[in-house]
Amino acid sequence: MAVEVLKKPRTFYDSYQRKPGTDKITTHYCPGCGHGNLHKLIAEALDEMGLSDRTIFISPVGCSVFAYYYFDVGNVQVAHGRAPAAATGIKRAHPDKIVITYQGDGDLAAIGWNNVFHAANRGEHITVFFVNNAIYGMTGSQMAPTSLVGQKTMTSPRGRDPRNEGYPIKVCEILSVLESPAYIERVSLADTKSINQTRKAVRKALQCQVDGKGFSLVEVLSPCPTGWRMEPRDAKRWVADVLTQNFKLGVFKDVTSERAPYFFKDPDGAPPFDEIKRILGWEEKEKESPLPKVFPSPENRNPQFKIAGFGGQGILVLGLVLAEAGMRQGYQVSWLPSYGPEMRGGTANCHVILSDSKVGSPLVSRPTVLIAQNRPSLEKFESDVVPGGLILYESSLIDRPPQRSDVRVLPVPAAKLADDLGDTRVSNMVALGALIEYTCVVSKEAVLQAIPISVPRKDFYELNRKALETGMEYARSLKK
Amino acid sequence: MKRKLMRGNDAIIAGAILAGCRSFFGYPITPASEITHAAAKWIPEAGGTFIQAESEIASINMVYGASSAGQRTMTASSSPGMSLKQEGISYCAGSELPCVVVNVMRGGPGLGNIAPEQSDYNQMVKGGGHGNYKVITLAPNSVQEMCDLTILAFELADKYRNPVGILTDGFVGQMIEPLMLPERLSPPPEKSWAVTGDKETKGNLISSIYLSPEELEEHVSHLKRKYDDVEAKEVRFEEYKLDGAKVVTIGYGIVSRILHTAVNAARTAGLPVGLLRPISLWPFPTKKIRELAEKVDAFFVCELSTGQMVDDVRLAVEGRRPVHLYTRYGGSVPTAEELLEKIREKT
Ligand code: SF4
Repeated sequence: MAVEVLKKPRTFYDSYQRKPGTDKITTHYCPGCGHGNLHKLIAEALDEMGLSDRTIFISPVGCSVFAYYYFDVGNVQVAHGRAPAAATGIKRAHPDKIVITYQGDGDLAAIGWNNVFHAANRGEHITVFFVNNAIYGMTGSQMAPTSLVGQKTMTSPRGRDPRNEGYPIKVCEILSVLESPAYIERVSLADTKSINQTRKAVRKALQCQVDGKGFSLVEVLSPCPTGWRMEPRDAKRWVADVLTQNFKLGVFKDVTSERAPYFFKDPDGAPPFDEIKRILGWEEKEKESPLPKVFPSPENRNPQFKIAGFGGQGILVLGLVLAEAGMRQGYQVSWLPSYGPEMRGGTANCHVILSDSKVGSPLVSRPTVLIAQNRPSLEKFESDVVPGGLILYESSLIDRPPQRSDVRVLPVPAAKLADDLGDTRVSNMVALGALIEYTCVVSKEAVLQAIPISVPRKDFYELNRKALETGMEYARSLKK
Repeated sequence: MKRKLMRGNDAIIAGAILAGCRSFFGYPITPASEITHAAAKWIPEAGGTFIQAESEIASINMVYGASSAGQRTMTASSSPGMSLKQEGISYCAGSELPCVVVNVMRGGPGLGNIAPEQSDYNQMVKGGGHGNYKVITLAPNSVQEMCDLTILAFELADKYRNPVGILTDGFVGQMIEPLMLPERLSPPPEKSWAVTGDKETKGNLISSIYLSPEELEEHVSHLKRKYDDVEAKEVRFEEYKLDGAKVVTIGYGIVSRILHTAVNAARTAGLPVGLLRPISLWPFPTKKIRELAEKVDAFFVCELSTGQMVDDVRLAVEGRRPVHLYTRYGGSVPTAEELLEKIREKT
């Protein structure tokens, strides 16, 4: 028996070279500490299960912060409480590897609770070894979320008072109500019999991960003689007599036999360029016919649009179609939605620029063209229009024509014309039709190419086309 | 290859996929959510991992894990979310883990508002977390650059084993412009330092602990040497109409676009005004500004904050020339006309 206890598992380094100082043989843990026992059980399990060359072990913050001194596996050290999040990143990168987090009660049940809870709830394929010794060991005996009622610590000097500090957190009980976790058990290191049970639980939890069954957690009640200010022997007894009375041992959840295995795909190997183009929607469509050139008169060149109206009038889409058509027509373009302080009162607006040269500010503060689809928009933006600019306004909804005399005004009863076509919703395309007929900034063909791109609903295309033509026809009739 | 209209926030993910980014961990927040939406849609289609994490803290630590494991990985958020990520960014810098972190800035402090601001300059550029570290910070001002600089960000992150920040604002994120998809893939380098869970990489260790003062001093010196190297090699900026300029305007992100228009208007009006746009905010174009300080009469800095980058400009100018500052914040954005008027006052 004595020989076996002293034999070092192969998954431990022969000597602990990462450990500072001259002693490279013993661990940094206090005499009688449970960490050494549990480390050994894990290392033995990794040996026997043949996992040590495919395991990544995450060292937490706490007394076991230096677990990487000992385990001859892949080692990553992380911030306090974040091991389950980091483990998520690692496991998803290497789904075929065994990822272990090893966490104390402060790390897991206080600062990192949200992380372990959600890793459990996602059913991350990781194994969590949770050492519960009801105290903060490393930082000097402060209260842990699992400290017992009445337990005296540096931060509960009068004993933990539930009215001030609440009750100890029962991690296994809470996590086992979640649907996702596959295996949750609480064990202890109180005596040889319980250590044997812990040995089995460690293996079972690892096997659960090997088999692709999902999240596994083993809570280990563990002595901390230093933190408890006890002799090692008394500490063991306290685990058996007191801790296990407060934290019930046993299997809280085990669906490993009924759950179908699942293995994530290895995300290695980014797709080739053509595949990326497909994913991003960059496939070249069948050749689109070249667009007729447009010849806007000087006052219509390099237009800067402010397009405004009620939400629901298709204001943003109007702008998008215009920008898309402009790009196809060979302009530099930009589109900016109303954003920030301008975005209130149920109105929507966007800024569109079509330019022969590089677009500077995408914000249109002095529009050369204002498309106003409701009265508040007209009133708000009329004064911003540059002299000689154009105001296209919704004359079937706005009963107050623009007051300015130094701008061109184009009244378009877009809603009425759209209604006549059978759908008010296409009033935006009526307005756009009138605009392009009046200004010649883009060709009808460019807009027709743009519509299916900016308006994904195919059944709307015909109606939009008709609306566009109606708007163009209307503007032509005004010219006569 | 044809141009395609794309939203700035979406272009970030287009760039990420081209750069071989294999995982995205995020948490929704306006006005950065479209990045998370695009990642949710495209990254799994490209065979990578997308997780909506439980918090910003979790997402940056998932990034920490994925990066430890050798992946190109990223996260994105907006100002309040970035405050939460600072812990993880400090750890990534300490453990020398490459990753890309995007901040689409909004108004602060606290919940502030969702309108654009540039008030996280100090947080990103000066290192918002604890310890001696730097985040290489790139500031795109167009949809094209949202894509291009994201690719560059991954490359710089790997080259220097350091987090790289993309610092942008609500306007650049929400804006739609034509994007020319760069016809190049950016394969990640071999990462012999990564912990991939096999026999060959067992000797590697990802950690930021250096227990003894001597060790930590050596580690921080090593980081410092790396940062000196970055400062020597990775300064990026754009010059616009600096020839004969007597007043140099300086702005980044959306402000640089407005300044561009204002400078054009100023030149048309016969005013000798130019624009220097820092593309890398750290490393900052200090040398360039110092050179300009020998030639020009004054600098005009505009920021959407109470004035953060201006400190770096003043450090570069070293009092040789006046540095004027014009700021808007809270979501208010100056118009080109407004800037022109302010510039006119200074010339
Ligand atoms: S303080 Fe407690 S948990 Fe920490 S090493 Fe010592 S005995 Fe073990």
